[in-house]
Amino acid sequence: MSQSINTKKASQAGKIVFGILLVILCFLGVAAFTSHSESEAKEELNIKEMIFGHIGDAYNWHITTIGEKHISIPLPCIVKGQNGWNFFCSSKLGHEGHYVEYNGYTIAEEGDNAGKIIEVATGERPLDISITKNVVSLLISCTLLLIIFLSIAKKYKKNGFCKPTGLQAVLEPLIVSLHDDIIKPSVGKNYKKFTWYLLTVFFFIFINNLLGIIPIFPGGANLTGNIAITFVLAALTFLLTNLFGTKAYFKDIVWPNVPIGLKCPVPIMQFIEFLGIFTKPIALCIRLFANMFAGHVMVLVLVGLIFVFSQLSLVAGMGFSIVSVLLVVFMSLLECLVCFIQAYVFMTLSALFIGMAQVEEEE
Amino acid sequence: MSLLTPDPGLLFWMLLCFLIVAFILGKWGWPAIVGMIEERGNYIEESLKKADEANAALANIKAENERLAAEAKNERVAMLKEATRLKEKIIDDAKTQATAEANKIIENAKESIQLEKDNAVKEIRSQVAELSVNIAERIIRGELKTNESQIDMINKLLDEVNIAKS
Repeated sequence: MSQSINTKKASQAGKIVFGILLVILCFLGVAAFTSHSESEAKEELNIKEMIFGHIGDAYNWHITTIGEKHISIPLPCIVKGQNGWNFFCSSKLGHEGHYVEYNGYTIAEEGDNAGKIIEVATGERPLDISITKNVVSLLISCTLLLIIFLSIAKKYKKNGFCKPTGLQAVLEPLIVSLHDDIIKPSVGKNYKKFTWYLLTVFFFIFINNLLGIIPIFPGGANLTGNIAITFVLAALTFLLTNLFGTKAYFKDIVWPNVPIGLKCPVPIMQFIEFLGIFTKPIALCIRLFANMFAGHVMVLVLVGLIFVFSQLSLVAGMGFSIVSVLLVVFMSLLECLVCFIQAYVFMTLSALFIGMAQVEEEE
Repeated sequence: MSLLTPDPGLLFWMLLCFLIVAFILGKWGWPAIVGMIEERGNYIEESLKKADEANAALANIKAENERLAAEAKNERVAMLKEATRLKEKIIDDAKTQATAEANKIIENAKESIQLEKDNAVKEIRSQVAELSVNIAERIIRGELKTNESQIDMINKLLDEVNIAKS
């Protein structure tokens, strides 16, 4: 009885909150409209630039721009050009739309190297290992990974036979299910050689995906939606697959078990098998990249739509801001799911590929 | 647009960071976690098995106890029965013995009574005989005071003997 009253109250409160939210969302539209009309004279709205500015890499971590003031975290630049190694702060190079020269370097405004550090004299790219936004995000996620799992490991070492508590209790089922249900059966009897990589890869992708959804500072970088990151991960899977491959695995590529006509005069099957060695990790690389990239683009496009509609009229902006925010909430929740699924898929497929290379000679 | 061309700087940092993290976790993270989870699993399994065994042992002990108790009970009943039987037997024995003894005593008494009786009868008889002889003597003495009577007597007796002879 009292429960039904409680739920009634809760639903009433929910309705009130929802109403307030709607009003706020309408004002968001108004704000977007007014801010747009203020800056209309200066620059045209460029959704494409906005989106790629958010999901791409940068030399500083831009947080927001209030009026003319850019609020961002400057990051160190490390470049090696014709005048040797150079270390300087990214704020020396100015900010977006207003780059300046420093020490013979600047950031290209357009062209193939747009947004990257170039040498002023030649216009070429120097050797650039700057700590960019993505690298900082990478460092943050790696630190988080180390803190989380080393602390858990310490807990296990200290009192492993006790009931798991805190973070340990949250992660234990995940680790156990990954280890027992995926790595063990997929890789086969040599699974112990690959556990370190597979578990690290899963949690690395998972934590970076999650950090990517958080829109403000420690998160927000589109790390797993960057091809360099997924490329390194896929390359490591490729190396582990082929370096530890068994004789039977390579024999199956060079002389597959198919009718002789398919492999003897013209090596059709060999060609396909050989191609397969590379397509598998490339698919891994592209899948993760495209999924995370697309998720970020979707959210940004939905937010960007508010500004597009505000350009049309105040009412359209107000109306669409509601739709847009609801859609963004939905997308973000969906992304939470995708974060897990993509990490899971990457690890599962890596385990399967490694397991396929662990086949034993059939008698 | 550098969307599909990996940036060398990021590649470098990624490779470095990831390998370091993987190495550290592979050395001090995962083995400790996975190993301990497995160890704990084994420990729990073993403990359960042991508990099962202990339970089985306990059940055995219980059954054994019950069996012993039942046995003891049976034994007690048997002993009680035996004791009762023994008691009855002893009583019976005692009774028969006592009866026998009593009979014997009675017999003895009867015998001695008989003996005494016989003796008494014998004595009475001899006394009676003596008395009779004495009386007869006196009577005969009185009767045979004269000679004629003595001769008569002798004749008579002789007659009697003759009659008895013929």
